[in-house]
Amino acid sequence: MLNVALPKGRLGEKVYALFAKAGYPCPEILSDTRKLIFENSEKGIRYFWVKPSDVSIYVERGAADVGVAGKDILLEYAPDVYELLDLNMGKCRMCIAAPEGYRDDENRTLRVATKFANITRNYYASLGRDIDVIHLNGSIEIAPLLGLSDVIADIVETGTTLRENHLAVIGTIAQISARLISNKASYKFKQDAIDELTRLLREAGKEA
Amino acid sequence: MNIDVNVLDAGERVIYALRSLYMAKGYRRYRMSKFEEYDFYSRNKSFLVSEDVITFTDTNGRLMALKPDVTLSIIKNTRDGEGTQRLCYNENVYRVSGSTRAFREITQTGVECIGNVGTAEISEVLSLSAGSLEAIGKPYILEISDLDVLSGFISDLRLGKEESDEVLRLSAEKNLHGIQSECEKGGVDEKAVKALTELLAISLPPDAALERLERLCSESGCPERIRALRDVLGAMDDQDVKQHIRVDFSLYSNPRYYNGIVFKGYVEGVYESVLSGGRYDALMQRLGRKASAIGFAVYLDRLERLDMGKAGASAC
Repeated sequence: MLNVALPKGRLGEKVYALFAKAGYPCPEILSDTRKLIFENSEKGIRYFWVKPSDVSIYVERGAADVGVAGKDILLEYAPDVYELLDLNMGKCRMCIAAPEGYRDDENRTLRVATKFANITRNYYASLGRDIDVIHLNGSIEIAPLLGLSDVIADIVETGTTLRENHLAVIGTIAQISARLISNKASYKFKQDAIDELTRLLREAGKEA
Repeated sequence: MNIDVNVLDAGERVIYALRSLYMAKGYRRYRMSKFEEYDFYSRNKSFLVSEDVITFTDTNGRLMALKPDVTLSIIKNTRDGEGTQRLCYNENVYRVSGSTRAFREITQTGVECIGNVGTAEISEVLSLSAGSLEAIGKPYILEISDLDVLSGFISDLRLGKEESDEVLRLSAEKNLHGIQSECEKGGVDEKAVKALTELLAISLPPDAALERLERLCSESGCPERIRALRDVLGAMDDQDVKQHIRVDFSLYSNPRYYNGIVFKGYVEGVYESVLSGGRYDALMQRLGRKASAIGFAVYLDRLERLDMGKAGASAC
């Protein structure tokens, strides 16, 4: 039996559709229920929904053998897992954005508001820039408008929210998409099943 | 004195089973004091699993540390030119563990073989690590890699230092798509990229792995690259042990300290490796030593949640 942690929400539903197409369906999962765990014993697979940012924790600690997590979460928490496949879904960019017309004053410590403190620190460390990270849990765009920060580091999908708040992208940190990850110990004992799942997902992804 | 083994809990049984296994193979028990001068660890900080060390001031004013690691102390207390020394230990170490970011006391047991380490000694230590996993009494896998083979294929990419380090990090994740895009950025020869991704796709028992490796290395024009691994695996003739071995080059060990053969052990039911080891000639050199060395540690604290039943009972 393979335990799969799926990220709750819109991306998770798309990911499940790909798993179903690859030959691992479990129709009950789409029914209107409050259940969190769904099993298709014939196909040897058990799905459960968890908060997207928690997927890597479930997989790293072996509660799930495999899971699907955004690259942003993997970069931020650096879990000790295998990253087996890029599902090419939920594509977006991790960017630095600033109010339109912003000019960086390199004489001062840069204040950066973000949900992704580690990614931000590593990015600016690679540029040799001294920064002050302001960790927020949401509505990051508001921080530079209220003078809480100079710039923000956040995920940009279409850029609409940025434009509406008169912010503009001034740098890209990384390309983000959903990745298939696996627990390292699980991989040792369920290698055939995980390799087969990876292969079928890769093929199903190509057809899409 | 009669000791009733039934009074031992599963963890204690494993400790004694492992000790009798190591001593039966001629490994001498090595006991050390709980403290060491802090200065010694601060000089070799990056070798430690976590850099945090519990310190206190001794009555003579010297800053001391509670031992966070065993290997460093053993190296320090052995001398070059004393022949090959086989040592085993069972000690408590104090280090910050995992996500809790708090100090924990961890019981660690293991062996070190220091001196003249060649093919025979390496395969002996590998067999001993397989025996240690066997003693836990659960299905197990012993994963083996050769860091020199992996770094050979990575240097074939002819990338700069930073990009090579990134490829090494991606290799540990089996992140083949990441390696491909990193190499595309660097304009690497496609043949070299394909060879590396094929190498990382290997996760096979010894015979099947060697067959693929022979082909891969001869195609890359370096058939000698796998000699050390082939010799070591060839010297392990116990088929029962061999079926538990996986050759897998994604296994990561810090190349500043480890070189050549490295390995990790997994038992079913534990989500992380319970045994870790390898050749550490590089560390010996950093400490100014000429001898070569290989060893491993078993992390007994990681077995805590395992339902071990009568594990290790047969050896007691």
